[in-house]
Amino acid sequence: MIEEAERPLVRVPLVLNKRNFSWLTGRISGVVENPAPRWWWVAFTITASVATFGLFCLGYQISTGVGTWGLNHPVGWAWDITNFVFWIGIGHAGTLISAILFLLHQKWRTSINRSAEAMTLFAVICAAIFPGVHVGRVWMAWYLAPVPNNWAIWPNFRSPLVWDVFAVSTYFTVSVLFWYTGLIPDLATLRDRATTKIRKFLFGLFACGWRGSNRNWRHYEMAYLLLAGLSTPLVLSVHSVVSFDFATSILPTWHSTIFPPYFVAGAIFGGFAMVLTLLLPARAMFKLQDVITPQHIDKMAKIILLTGSFVGYAYMMEFFVAWYSGNSYERFAFWNRVFGPYWWYWWVGMLFCNVLSPQLFWFKWCRRNVYVVYFVCMCVNAGMWFERFIIIVGGLHRDFLPSAWGLFIPTWVDIWTYIGTLGIFTSLFLLFIRFLPMIAMSEVKTAVPEADPHYATPTGIQSVSPGGKERTR
Amino acid sequence: MRTPAGHNVYAMAAEYPSAAALYEAAKRIRDAGFRRWDVYSPFPIHGMDEAMGLGKSWLSGWVLFGGVSGLLTAAIVEFGPSSFLYPLDVHGKPTNFFTVPAFFPIMFELTVLFGAFAAFFAMFGMNGLPRWYHPMFNWERFSRVTNDGFFLAIEARDPRFTETGVRELLEQSGGQHITIVHED
Repeated sequence: MIEEAERPLVRVPLVLNKRNFSWLTGRISGVVENPAPRWWWVAFTITASVATFGLFCLGYQISTGVGTWGLNHPVGWAWDITNFVFWIGIGHAGTLISAILFLLHQKWRTSINRSAEAMTLFAVICAAIFPGVHVGRVWMAWYLAPVPNNWAIWPNFRSPLVWDVFAVSTYFTVSVLFWYTGLIPDLATLRDRATTKIRKFLFGLFACGWRGSNRNWRHYEMAYLLLAGLSTPLVLSVHSVVSFDFATSILPTWHSTIFPPYFVAGAIFGGFAMVLTLLLPARAMFKLQDVITPQHIDKMAKIILLTGSFVGYAYMMEFFVAWYSGNSYERFAFWNRVFGPYWWYWWVGMLFCNVLSPQLFWFKWCRRNVYVVYFVCMCVNAGMWFERFIIIVGGLHRDFLPSAWGLFIPTWVDIWTYIGTLGIFTSLFLLFIRFLPMIAMSEVKTAVPEADPHYATPTGIQSVSPGGKERTR
Repeated sequence: MRTPAGHNVYAMAAEYPSAAALYEAAKRIRDAGFRRWDVYSPFPIHGMDEAMGLGKSWLSGWVLFGGVSGLLTAAIVEFGPSSFLYPLDVHGKPTNFFTVPAFFPIMFELTVLFGAFAAFFAMFGMNGLPRWYHPMFNWERFSRVTNDGFFLAIEARDPRFTETGVRELLEQSGGQHITIVHED
């Protein structure tokens, strides 16, 4: 009998049932190549209709004016900026999975990184709509760019709002570059499997003649590593800059140095919940359980628990600092958060959804039960929206002078613009899983044991030393 | 070099049954002193650069160049208007050099942006992509390279290339389906 200490450590495989390379290629490409299942058409019809109505609301708002939203004194930022922070935060999980987990050699990321990165792009598209439209006269939005012009109007580079424009647009651009770089080998796979001329042409066009050459992989891997290295501080900076929009003001509850790490943790928290919200159904519908395994769900649940606890700690710290500062406005603002007119947003959204519900993930049974995981993820999705609403509207609606207090009441345009972006987001994601491989095939193959060059040296061939004197280019 | 049918020969190529077999074969080809050859695989094989005798990729140099030019661009774009062309007086706050931390976020963002563009375009440039045609695509077995095929090709223009010698070497290293790949 083997002693406990001598027993070799066996890792749970990342791809179950000993699936080989061609199974992975076939199953993942099949999602794109086979005719769309009926549920896809039903889902897409619904989401595209909602998206269209959302676009109508945007058109109505732009043509009529910002007055179609419920914004007024004292609440000049409400659902629009809430939605902006909500969507941009969701994007962060995609970059965390694709960049930070890559630098940390977390191979399990290979099953989920492609769809998480796609989710990032779509979330940032939804996010960018709101500040873009909120400026009122959208056709003047180019004032934010440092363009020489006749009126000598320049952006104030010391303003966090201008930092935000640069941060979000850089984030989107770099995410697109990173995503496309990752897609090239998989587009080549689809090109080589294509049966019709048009598919062969289009996938061939976007695969750029990729042929899996190791001389190409060498530069490719360096580019991928450096893009990951650049994206890592970038993703941390984006939500920090978003939080500066609030933290550099003098409003109670906004004027806070805890905001950057608090926002980043919340973004990753909410983003992982959205990754699971999208992937749990996709995994079941396309029978990808051998690739997105219970182990993956378990790990994502643990990240939700960790970041959820960061967020809970930040909530507690805000209350402590409000009390410890001795500032009566700050103290009132936090009392108002819990017992004021928006009390239930705090009790349900922040306390129950964000702090309490992820604590279920301390239990392995909960992390392994997809229904429990899905329930918690839906709580977190909702809770993170409420959190942003409480921070933004909670800070604005009762500030220093009671005579200037008020409430925010959303109009139908507010509500349907938000629901419309949910439609845009899900429509784009549905299109993505139909037209592009939702799992990075070339990456997930490296997580299979056979990909290791030392997996089983073929018999009859004598192994040569790994290094060599000859250096060829 | 031409085949009896009159095609130009690009390379002699072989297929290998696994990543491990390809890795072992690459080390033999390297030690035999070939220079114009390549291996093809559906995913990057760990340690293959060393097995092929390739050094570190200096794509990182382009990224450094991109990052530095992004930083300088941001410095010029920010300090130009804010300090010289049109100093903005906001709430009577100073516009002197001590406000420089307020310029850091955009400097950082543009450093990352230009660095990322450099990484992206250098990857294409250094790999000679995009290209619409490559002789290896003439071999019908080669379409498996993006699925589960592992290939090795020694180009005819390599000074050590001889048809019999290369065929023997590929056979010894465990290559299967050894074939001549046409240029056109």
